[in-house]
Parts: sequence; structure tokens; C-alpha cells
Amino acid sequence: MTFPALRGAREYLLSGAPRSALQARCQRVWFSWRTFSANPVAVAGLLIVLALVSAAVIAPWITGSDGLDPELSRRLLPPSAAHWFGTDELGRDIYDRIIWGARITLYIVTLVGAIVVPIGLLIGTIAGYVGGIVDTVLMRITDIFLAFPRLILALALVAALGPGIENAVIAIALTTWSPYARIARAEALTLRGSEFILAARAQGASTGGILLRHITPLCVSSVIVRLTLDMAGIILTAAGLGFLGLGAQPPTPEWGAMISTGRQFLLDQWWVPTIPGIAIFIVSLGFNLLGDGLRDVMDPRHNA
Amino acid sequence: MPERAEAESGSGPTPLSALSTVAGSLLTIASTFIGLTAVTFVIGRVMPVDPVLAIVGDRASQDVYDRVFLELGLDRPLYEQYWRYLMQLFRGDFGTSIMTAQPVLQDLIRFFPATLELATLATLVGVLAGVPLGVVAAVRQGRLTDHLVRIFGLFGYSVPIFWLGMVALLIFYGALGWLPGPGRIEVYYDGIVAPVTGFIVIDAAYAGEWEIVRNALSHLVLPVAILSTYALAYIARMTRSFMLDQLRQEYMLTARVKGLSERAVIWRHAFRNVLVQLITIIGLTYASLLEGSVLTETIFAWPGIGQYITHSLFNSDMNAVLGGTIVVGISFVGINMLSDLLYKMVDPRARA
Amino acid sequence: MLRINKTQMGLAAALAATLAWNAPAVAATPKDTLIMARDIGDIITFDPAEAFEFTTGELLTNIYDRLLMHEPDNLQELVGGVAESWEISDGGKTITFKIRPGLTFHSGNPVTADDVTFSLRRVVKLNKTPVFILSQFGWNADNVDDLVQTVDGRTRITVTEDLSPGLVLNALSATVGSVLDEKLVREHEQDGDLGYEWLKSNSAASGPYRLITWKANELVTLEAFPDYRHGAPATRRVIMRHVAESSAQRLLLEKGDIDIARGLTPDQVQGLANNPDVAVDDNPKSDIVYMAVNAEHPVLGKPEVWQALRHLADYSGMTSSFLNGQFKVHQSFWPSGLWAALDDNPFALDVDKARRILADAGVGGLEITLDTLNLEPYPRIAQSLQATMRQAGIEMDILTADGKTLWPKYRARRHDIILARWAPDYLDPHSNADSFAHNPDNRAEAKLTGKLAWRNAWADDDVNRQTEMARNALDLDERKDMYLQLQGMIQDRSPFVVMFQRNEQTARRSNVRGFVSGPNFDLVFYRNTTK
Repeated sequence: MTFPALRGAREYLLSGAPRSALQARCQRVWFSWRTFSANPVAVAGLLIVLALVSAAVIAPWITGSDGLDPELSRRLLPPSAAHWFGTDELGRDIYDRIIWGARITLYIVTLVGAIVVPIGLLIGTIAGYVGGIVDTVLMRITDIFLAFPRLILALALVAALGPGIENAVIAIALTTWSPYARIARAEALTLRGSEFILAARAQGASTGGILLRHITPLCVSSVIVRLTLDMAGIILTAAGLGFLGLGAQPPTPEWGAMISTGRQFLLDQWWVPTIPGIAIFIVSLGFNLLGDGLRDVMDPRHNA
Repeated sequence: MPERAEAESGSGPTPLSALSTVAGSLLTIASTFIGLTAVTFVIGRVMPVDPVLAIVGDRASQDVYDRVFLELGLDRPLYEQYWRYLMQLFRGDFGTSIMTAQPVLQDLIRFFPATLELATLATLVGVLAGVPLGVVAAVRQGRLTDHLVRIFGLFGYSVPIFWLGMVALLIFYGALGWLPGPGRIEVYYDGIVAPVTGFIVIDAAYAGEWEIVRNALSHLVLPVAILSTYALAYIARMTRSFMLDQLRQEYMLTARVKGLSERAVIWRHAFRNVLVQLITIIGLTYASLLEGSVLTETIFAWPGIGQYITHSLFNSDMNAVLGGTIVVGISFVGINMLSDLLYKMVDPRARA
Repeated sequence: MLRINKTQMGLAAALAATLAWNAPAVAATPKDTLIMARDIGDIITFDPAEAFEFTTGELLTNIYDRLLMHEPDNLQELVGGVAESWEISDGGKTITFKIRPGLTFHSGNPVTADDVTFSLRRVVKLNKTPVFILSQFGWNADNVDDLVQTVDGRTRITVTEDLSPGLVLNALSATVGSVLDEKLVREHEQDGDLGYEWLKSNSAASGPYRLITWKANELVTLEAFPDYRHGAPATRRVIMRHVAESSAQRLLLEKGDIDIARGLTPDQVQGLANNPDVAVDDNPKSDIVYMAVNAEHPVLGKPEVWQALRHLADYSGMTSSFLNGQFKVHQSFWPSGLWAALDDNPFALDVDKARRILADAGVGGLEITLDTLNLEPYPRIAQSLQATMRQAGIEMDILTADGKTLWPKYRARRHDIILARWAPDYLDPHSNADSFAHNPDNRAEAKLTGKLAWRNAWADDDVNRQTEMARNALDLDERKDMYLQLQGMIQDRSPFVVMFQRNEQTARRSNVRGFVSGPNFDLVFYRNTTK
């Protein structure tokens, strides 16, 4: 990109009077980004998440093996130039396993998000917008799921569905959706009486149409912020299930399962359980920092 | 935990007459109760774990198996089994646990206090340390103190608790020897003090066994510290965020203009308004700790409700799972109601 | 502002003080109490007529004296426990037991032939899982009152099946041979349950220890019986503490908070090598680890595949690494070190050979699932197998589960390959032969779910005949030869790939002595232990 073009972009983004809806939208994003990027902690979070994503994408090129096959002759080697994070109890390179494990972590959080957000939005917006008996019933169901011991419900579901990543994802999603329904309902309640909704209704828009086209888009941002903040919790729950032997099946390099099988080595070969512990910690931290930053940007109430 | 808390804090209580509040509460309890037991019952049925095999073991012959199958009433339709269970509950009978061979009620009386003492202490630490830290961070927003508090908060939020527990045991018990190892008490003290309340510290103090009091207290330190990391992080974070909201309000300026000291402004005005929201948060923190942290309990060999439910679940010991779930669910609802009540008592708007 | 900081500092100081509060340095565990750490999550009852779990098997040995038993000073020989002597008559069909005079139960009641008769009849009448050990004698609830009787102050039993008397005596040394205090049991009987409810968590025995408390998932406490027939046990109290985490066990042992750790992994044992306060004993056990193939599977059902699989396990690679010291290679179904065991280990990892066998049989591109337990070392063995099988072109997924989830699947023949363990119920080769080799009715509806051969849908007429002949043989040497031959047959043509035999490494504080851990899970004796 040339210098004048850059200047052109600047003008496009900063001009006081946007000429199109697209430009207005771009400007909004640009200002949000400026607020966001002024917060070094939030940027750090973003970088961590980006690092996770890129590690997952380029895993085949930055690892020496797929981290699955045992190599019994080089078990439990300490970190060295050949094995940056050492080797595990079956002689596999821990660095390789961590990198490949990034894919699994990403897979879990994405899938949970993809399940939880639609369910939460659907139930929440319907309850908030329609109100009355529908609201009461839907919220009672939501509350029952809230009152359920969470990890225990997840455990029960995984036990019922059988161990494995996909089932762990479903179980986590089923235990996480209820707060999203509550958020969406709260937003829908405030929107219900607003003028543009009344206008849309006067024009003959159906309930479904209003929910889909007018209410849901306005709930999305708070739900996304919330999801980012929850990512750490999701990763930790997945790790917890892995720790209890109910998540990914061997030899999948899921980080929680790696801590679980490696925990007996904490005394003599500290790196075996410690490296995945640190990996989980850093990624959770990244999502938390990112979530905090996003909230500051998107939710004006929290602006400093 | 944060899931529940933030969601709940979003929707405040609506003004209701006292009568309908009571009726509403009862309805909430009843529907939660029915919902919890029904869901648990269905889960128990779809689990691939065979409750009969949990009793007779792997090597039982088929006729032994078939007989126990009938004894457990598993040939009946699920709704009938559920109905029987409910009827039995209304008579105050939680049934007998397969895994402990004891009445479930008796098990709950043994396991729940173990969780209760951890949860209570962890919440207490979380409140005593988290609230002041959150206030300080808000007041000194953007400065070093604030960053330190936020980083600590994020640490407590991001670290896998089972991993932290293992490392803490290794350091404070294994290497330094400052604190005792896993368990609620040294096993050779078991059976000396008769269980009255189920809280070893209180029972031992009541019996005048000070050595045991000391021992039980020292066993509490590590698990409480680990559990409170999370409670503390969460409470500090929420306090900070609530305080920031208040500090931006106009009345703060008015108060300062009126010449009130900074301390009075912060604590008497801003903090008082935050208190209302904080109660909800603390209540929710407490409630979710009460469900028992299976992971912490596993690491510290703590015979709490989380382990009890999990172990029973894997053995398809459904009476035990149901009993445990009911206790946890009801205490969740109970604490919510209590915090709603407190909420109304402190809320200046509600009093006005 | 300043004030806040002070408050904050005060709180921090208080927190720090709490954290650093030095717990009274626990000097050592009490001298008269032996504390063991073990995973005791499997216990569900202490009733000898029902208990069939590893942990209770061991505890009941220390609580109940059996009619016949092994003693810690000579684990090879079967001797009289409550029985002083016995006479075999009627061509091996009738055995009359003379009871040791002067024995008493913990309650103070004398031990009589009536108690023995009551105990045996009770097992059959309650009809719980271990009943098959006695029902193979031809006993059932209807005839047991006739077949087990007290005659002239002796207990006389009659076996209606053609069994070797050696097998009958060995079977009577199982947990079901425990002798109960009839008088005490009757006092606690409810609705004619023969004391079933009460005995779940109480004991009515004459053995070296009395059961004091069982707190599920917490601990079991035993107290010495001072009038035990071999004299009062050396340690007054034994506490078995539930510690499921092996690293926690190791920490507790090294810190001196427990005396014996019963679940350390090979790598942890190696980590203890430099600690002078800790010693490790090797106790060979009779548990074996095997892989079994479901013969109903369209491809896996081919005997050639079984043969190929025998060459696809890295036996020595595993025993020299993550199994080191706790498992040895053993390839026949009756464990090494016991009477009539076949110590021949003909198979080793040979991928080329396996590939050839598979190619000759026209098998290729196999995708299967291996089910196994979710506790170490099974997932590790499974991963090693996965790697070696892949080399031979077999893609194998691993599915780990808790035993309670795994067994229903196994018993319903819904597995492809299973990796599991087995321990004999009593020390007679028939205990394992009955399960691995004998399957008289392979139909699904026959539901011989207790037998491993049936679960893997495998039956072989020659093998069945050989098993029955060996079971009934009267002559000891002949019987031994038959079992050696039978083990060879299982190695040659069964869907079982027996791989390892366990060696328990018991880690103890070095001042602990006299703890005896014999060749089977229920042959562990506490009474001579001192510290």
C-alpha cells in the first residue's frame, strides 16, 4: 500500500461526515479499534489469542512429529535443545503435543461458542420479547439449569454420551447456555418497547422477523463480549473433564488430559504436567484480557 | 460461577408484595426441585453405566444379575420409578446408597459439612480480601495498584485449579513442610471426636480436643487458599467494576464539593451503593462453591459433596446422586433467595 | 486513601500469617497404628457372601478366618484355618471337616461346626455374585441344607459334580469360605435376611482384626483381636486410608504420614530410590493383563488375525519402560509362580510376521476400536499397541472408560478388542480355565456372561473337553499336565492375547517390617507387621 493510499484510508475513516453506511460502519470499527489498541493489556490478550490461532493453523510446519506415536527409548527427557519442553512418559515431544493441542483447544471453544450463542439468543430473545407465560416457562427452565451443579451436570452428560471431545463440547455447551439466555432476555426486554420495534411491528413485520432482524443483532455484541470472557472458563472446564478422564481420548494431545496423565510425574519430571498447565494458563489469560478489552470498547458503561 | 453471577446481577428483583414473594419463593423451590430430580433421573437412565453391575460386580452370573435387576425395580417404566422416588422423598427417605451401604441422608450429613466448611471459609477469604482490593483498584484506576489487582484477578481466573492445587501441595507440604498433606485430619485422630455438627473443628472444640482442632484447622489452610483464589479474583474484579460505575456518577462530585473527606466519599457513598450488587455476587460465589469442587476435593482427598456425587455417578448409584444434587440445588436456590432478601434490606431505593 | 492501603496491608498480613501458620510438625504416626494408603473406592460391602472387590478381598482375609486358608509364613501350602483337619471319602465326593477346638469369635462366642455350616449355607442362600464358587459343587438354595450339614460336631459337605477334591478344597479357601459368628449374625438379622444388611458394614469373625469403621471413600479402621489363635497381632490398629492420587501417596509416604503406599507407579518407585527412609518390596501377584478379540466381529473373528495380534505387542519394550518393575511378560492364562503354570513366552513383537499373516488371510485396511480401563497403565499399554498395530496397517482407536462403563459393553459382546485384567478367585488353575477356556454354550441367549470365553463369543470343543478333564482329574501330576497342555491350546488358538503378569511394588517406611503380600489379591496379611 502506498503512502497516498494510506492517507486516503485515513481520510475515509476520520472524515466527520461519512458518505455511506459502509463508511459509517468502518468508522465505528476504526474508533473501537483505536480505543481497544490504546489498552496494552487488551492488545496482549489479542496477541495471545492470535498466537493460539496461528499455532493451530501452522502446526504441521512448526512441529517435528504429530506427537502421537510413543518412542519408548526417549521417555521423560528434560527440556533441551532437541526437545524444548522435554518428552512425556511415552517419549513423545511435549512441544509438539502442545502445538497440536492448540487445535483441540480452539476446536473446543469455537464449537461451544457455536452452540451456546444461538441457543442463548433464541431462548432469551423469545422470552424477553414475547413475555407472559412463554417468558415464565423459558426462564424457569433456564433457572433449573442455573441451579444444577455445573461440573456435575457436565460429568453426567459426558458419562451418558461417552467420553470424547465432541461429547465434552456438547456437555459444556448444555451447562453454559443459561446465562446467555438471561443476557439476551434482559436486552430484549429493554428493546421491546423501543420505537423502532413498534414501528417495525406497525409495518406488519412478523414476530419471527422482528426477533431475527431487529432484536438479535442488537443482543449479539453483549453476548460476544460475554463469550470471550467465558472462553477461559470453557477451556478450564474442558481441561477439568480431561483431567477426570472424560474428555479427549488418548493419544489426543488435549492439555487437560496431558496434565491428568502427567500429574504423577510432578515430583521427578516437573515439566510433564507443568508445561500444559502453563499453556492452559496463558491461553485462558489471553481470552480474559481480550474479553476485558472488548467489554471496555463495546459496553460504554464500562468505559474508563 | 461468573456465568451465573453476571447473569443474575443483570436482572434485579421486581417489587412484589410480601405474600406473592413467599408464594413465588415456594414455587421457585418446588419447580427447581422437580426439574433437578427429573433431569437427574433421566441422566441416570441414559448413562451407559449399569447400576446392576455396580452392585453385583463384573463376574456375576446372569441369574444373579437378573435377580438384582428386578430387585432394583429397573423393569418398571421410568416415570413409575420417578414417581416412586418422589413419594419416598416425601416420606423423608432419600433411599440407601449402593456405594456406601448407608442411608443417603446419613451420607449427606457426613459429606456436605466437609464442603460447607471449605466453601464458607473460601468465600470469607474472598470477601475479606477481594472487596478491599477491588475498591482500591477502582479508586486508583489505571495505576500500578490497579494493574496488580487486575493481574492477580486474571491469574485466579485463568489458572487450572487442579494444577495449582498439586503444585501448592508439593511446595507447602512436600518441600517446605509448613502445612499438612491431603485429607481433613490425620487419620489416626479419626473416631476420637463424636460427630455432632459434622465440622471437625467445631466438634473437636466442643469435646475439648485442642490438638485435633489445631490439626483440622491446619488441614483446611491449603484447600481454602486454593478455592479462595478463584473467589477472591472474582469478587475483586466485580467490586472494581461496580465501584468504577459509582465513582463516575455525578453525586460523587457533589459529595466532594460538599467537602467530605475522600475516605467518606468512597466508603460512605460509593461503596454503600455498590454493596447491593456485591451481595448478589457474594451469594452466587458462595452457592457455586457449595456445589463442591470435584477437582479440588480430588487433589486434597477431601470427602466432600462434589466427590460424593461424582463417585456415585460413575457407579450409577442414583439415590446418592439424586440426594446430592437436591442438596446442592436447594442450597443454590436458598442462597439466591437470601441474597435477594439482603438486597432488599440494604437497597436504599427499596427502603425509601 | 492511605487508610485503605493500611487496611489492605493488614488484610494481606493476616492472609500471609494464616498461610504461613506452621502446623504442628507431626512427629510420626502412632507406634501402635499401621497406616496404609490405597484407593478404596471399590468397596461396597464387607459381607463375605457378597464382597468380590480387590480391596475387600484383602481386608476380609484379615478379618475372617476361613475354613481352609493360606498362612503368611507359607503361602504355597493350603492349610486348615478354622478346620483342624479333614477327611475325603466317597471317591472325593464327601469331605468332613473337624473344627479346631477352643477358638472364639471376636464376640467371645465359641467357633463351632454349626457356624461353619451356617456360613457355607448362607453364601448359597443369599445367592450373591461369588456364589458360583460354591454352586459349581452342585449346590443351590434348595439342596444346600442337605449337602452341607453338621454331623457329630463336624461339618460334612457333599459335592454332586465330578470335581477334583483339590479344586474343592482350593475353592473353599476363597472369601466365601469365611466363617461367620452365627449367634451374632442372628442377633442382627432383619426380616430373615441372614444378617445381610448388618454385615455390609460390620464383622462377625474370628480373624486377627475386627472391623471398626468403614467410611466410604475415606478410610477403613481395623482393631486387633487379642485372643487370635496365633496370638495377638503385632499392631493394635490398622487404618486403610483412601488416597486415589498416586502422587499424593508418594508425598504422604516420604513425609512419614503413612507407613505403606499401595499404588505407586513404576516411575514413582524409581523416584524413591534415593530416600533411605523408604524401602520397596516386590510382591509378585497373580493378576494378568490380556487383550481379547470379539470373535463375532466379521474380520477380527478370523483366527489368523488373533495370531497376527500376538506378534503386534511390544512386550519387552513396555516392560522395560513404563511397566518396568511392576509387570513382566507372561503369555499363558495361569500366572507364573503358581502350581501348573506354563512359563513359556513364545511371542515377541514382529511386525513383518504379523503383516505376512494378515496378508495371507486377505485382511487389510482394518479399522477397529480398543476398549480399556481409564486407569494407568492401561491407556499407556493401549497407546503402545496402537502404534505397533499401525505399523501393520491396523488403525485402532482407543476408548477408555471406568470399569462400571466398560463391563456392560464387554458382557454384551459389543467390543472389538478389549484390554483388561484378570485375577483368579482362588488359587486353583480351574478358576482361570473356567473363564478363559470353558464355554459350553456360545449362543447369545445363553448369557454365560461371567465367562471371558463367552464374552468374546469363542468356543472350541477340544478346549472345552480339555478344561473339563483337567477340572475332574484326581491324580495331581496328570492334572498338572492337562493344565499345561490347556494353556498351550489357549496360546495357539484362542482370541486371547495374554501379555503381562503384575508385580506389586509395596513402598513402605523402612522401619515397617513383617507386612506380607502374597501371590493373590486376597493373600495380604497385616498381623505380623511391626514398626
